[in-house]
Amino acid sequence: MNTDTLKKQQNNTAKAERITGAEAIIKCLIAEGVDILYGYPGGAIMPVYDELYKFQKEIHHVLTRHEQGAAHAAQGYARISGRVGVAMATSGPGATNLVTGIADAQIDSTPLVCITGQVPSALLGTDAFQETDIIGISTPITKWNHQITKASEIPETIAKAFYIAKSGRPGPVLIDITKDAQFEEFDFKYEKCTGVRSYKPVPETNIDDVKAAAKLINNAKKPMIVWGQGVILGKAEEALKAVVEKSGVPAAWTILGASAIPTSHPLNIGMVGMHGNYAPNKLTNECDVLIAIGMRFDDRVTGSLDTYAKQAKVIHFDIDPAEINKNVKADVAVLGDAKESLTLLLSEINKNTHEAWHQEFKDLYAIEYEKVIKADILPEKEGLTMGEVLREINTHSKGNAAIVSDVGQHQMIACRYADFNISKSNITSGGLGTMGFALPAAIGAKMAAPEREVVAIIGDGGYQMNIQELGTIFQQKVPVKIVVLNNEFLGMVRQWQQLFFDKRYASTEMTNPDFVTIAKGYHIEAKRVTKREELADTIKEMIASKSSYFLEVCVEKEDNVFPMIPSGASVSDVRLS
Amino acid sequence: MNEDIKSYTISIYTENNVGLLNRISAIFQRRKINIESLTTSQSEIENVNRFVIVVDITESQAAKIVKQFEKQIEVIRAYYHTEDETIFTESCMFKIKSNLLFEEPQIQNIIKESNTRIVTVNKTFFVLEKSGRRHEIEALRAAFNKFGIMQFVRSGRIAVTKDEMKVSELLEAFKNQ
Repeated sequence: MNTDTLKKQQNNTAKAERITGAEAIIKCLIAEGVDILYGYPGGAIMPVYDELYKFQKEIHHVLTRHEQGAAHAAQGYARISGRVGVAMATSGPGATNLVTGIADAQIDSTPLVCITGQVPSALLGTDAFQETDIIGISTPITKWNHQITKASEIPETIAKAFYIAKSGRPGPVLIDITKDAQFEEFDFKYEKCTGVRSYKPVPETNIDDVKAAAKLINNAKKPMIVWGQGVILGKAEEALKAVVEKSGVPAAWTILGASAIPTSHPLNIGMVGMHGNYAPNKLTNECDVLIAIGMRFDDRVTGSLDTYAKQAKVIHFDIDPAEINKNVKADVAVLGDAKESLTLLLSEINKNTHEAWHQEFKDLYAIEYEKVIKADILPEKEGLTMGEVLREINTHSKGNAAIVSDVGQHQMIACRYADFNISKSNITSGGLGTMGFALPAAIGAKMAAPEREVVAIIGDGGYQMNIQELGTIFQQKVPVKIVVLNNEFLGMVRQWQQLFFDKRYASTEMTNPDFVTIAKGYHIEAKRVTKREELADTIKEMIASKSSYFLEVCVEKEDNVFPMIPSGASVSDVRLS
Repeated sequence: MNEDIKSYTISIYTENNVGLLNRISAIFQRRKINIESLTTSQSEIENVNRFVIVVDITESQAAKIVKQFEKQIEVIRAYYHTEDETIFTESCMFKIKSNLLFEEPQIQNIIKESNTRIVTVNKTFFVLEKSGRRHEIEALRAAFNKFGIMQFVRSGRIAVTKDEMKVSELLEAFKNQ
């Protein structure tokens, strides 16, 4: 590596010590403040595990039951804490099993450092036992990756990995380390990385762009904000709230932006996107200025781009220049750190209330409430709904829980109905839509923030994609609450089959095992609720429990999630039934 | 932005690291963009490589893809240019049986008229080298084809731009941070 390309934090007090590459890896992690990592041992990473054994007082390794679980647990850890999650695996299948989690972290901008063992450098390219080209495989799904074949490269590479993973728009980094480099001795000294010459993490904010944005906002009659995860990643929650409150602009959120401003805030007008709220979707096509903040105009947010907010001037705040004009053309682009640019914006905007415009949102909310929400959260029919489960969780957690959801109908219901009082409380696989995410991610989230109530909400399908992580919950005694909303279907696919494939339910019906017995097999307290009268008390008991708790709720089999923007339709065509 | 498909020359200044070619080609592959030509070499700056890639795409695609390159950690800067904005050339080599050089006087005329350079001659074959625009090289290939070509190879496009690319200034700024 060309060392002129890096800037390092000078560490003149530390003396170099002669240690192995494996010990150096652990010392690098400790120096980066890593207290917990998730992983699974195997041949090509054994020297590092041997050091983990020696350093177990300083660094806690969590043995997951599958490497995919390790990657998602590291994601959960990162998403709730804002810190870098670390996952470790051996070469070959160990490394490939991390891939889904890495791809998920890449598309959801989650800071991860994944360390994989690799066959000895002399065997590279020989089809050795458990050799796989994980650098080649992970290239398109990592922010950066690098293979180490000499111990002396370890400190600089790991320092660079952490710097890249967490700076700018965060993302996953994979470091592949050959076994001989782990055994090799060298003179170790650690210096944190503070800059990479070919990489500019945060573009400078141009005050003229901020002023241009403010001018549009100040002159707007019907402005609307859509914020995304950039607000959370940029620690800009307070800055956003101040902008919203001063400008009086109705503010909606993407799934990953959820919880940056509390759900109960009067200017929070709900979620945009395929199963978002009626008002913000409909009025996207009626606003005169659309202010996008730290979001990337995902197709699930915009529906058809040809009919998306064509009447509006678009202002786009983002840290990543590649997002500007990628999907939606911006009339004004403000590059830079969200907190900094929103703080600059705050002093440029006028105070306003936009009362008449707010009333339009309220009127449409009333329609959505009557046609959808009421039946979801206060059902009168016999079968249990997912919405009422969320309502009870809100009641008993007082809206302070972090909700870790999987992918599918229950996820949309969780995002729609969970009360979020605290930022970083909606942990879900947004971009990749990875079923099997929630159970391991909840483990990571609870371990990173033990003081928080963490409730995993999972469908019966996704639950069985990483159900083995119950073993991790049991062994590590992670007091996470697991709610499986069981409709005996792959519900979202079934909903599409009902609406768009003439009810041909191809391979979506699930014959499920006895989930309560399985949880009990892992010595996790477990209950099943089938009747409405049992629901409130059981959820109360679950939230009050100090240990891990499994709750299966048998919900209506063929309920659908509405509102819905059919795939490829316009946001204006959002359906209520 | 013009939505016509045109030939764009993409210049990417990068660190000299293993795996970067893979990262760059994956960005094209993911968008199903065919690479017409690709060359990589040392640039005017020590330890900085330059990729010159030719693709047939629209200008909005070119603008977006250049941002994707710049997003890569080890990419210093990337640019796109139309043919009018660059000075470019390609290079080619022909291996031809030696007896033809003596038996077919026309071959000597072609070599002279086209300013083709003779790299080597031995008993069995001779090797020619020519730099120029694609149509010149293609005309030459067509001319030699009549007599039989043992081997033909053409390089990717190399290009310099008419405007300035301020990569050195960027690197200087990093050093002085």
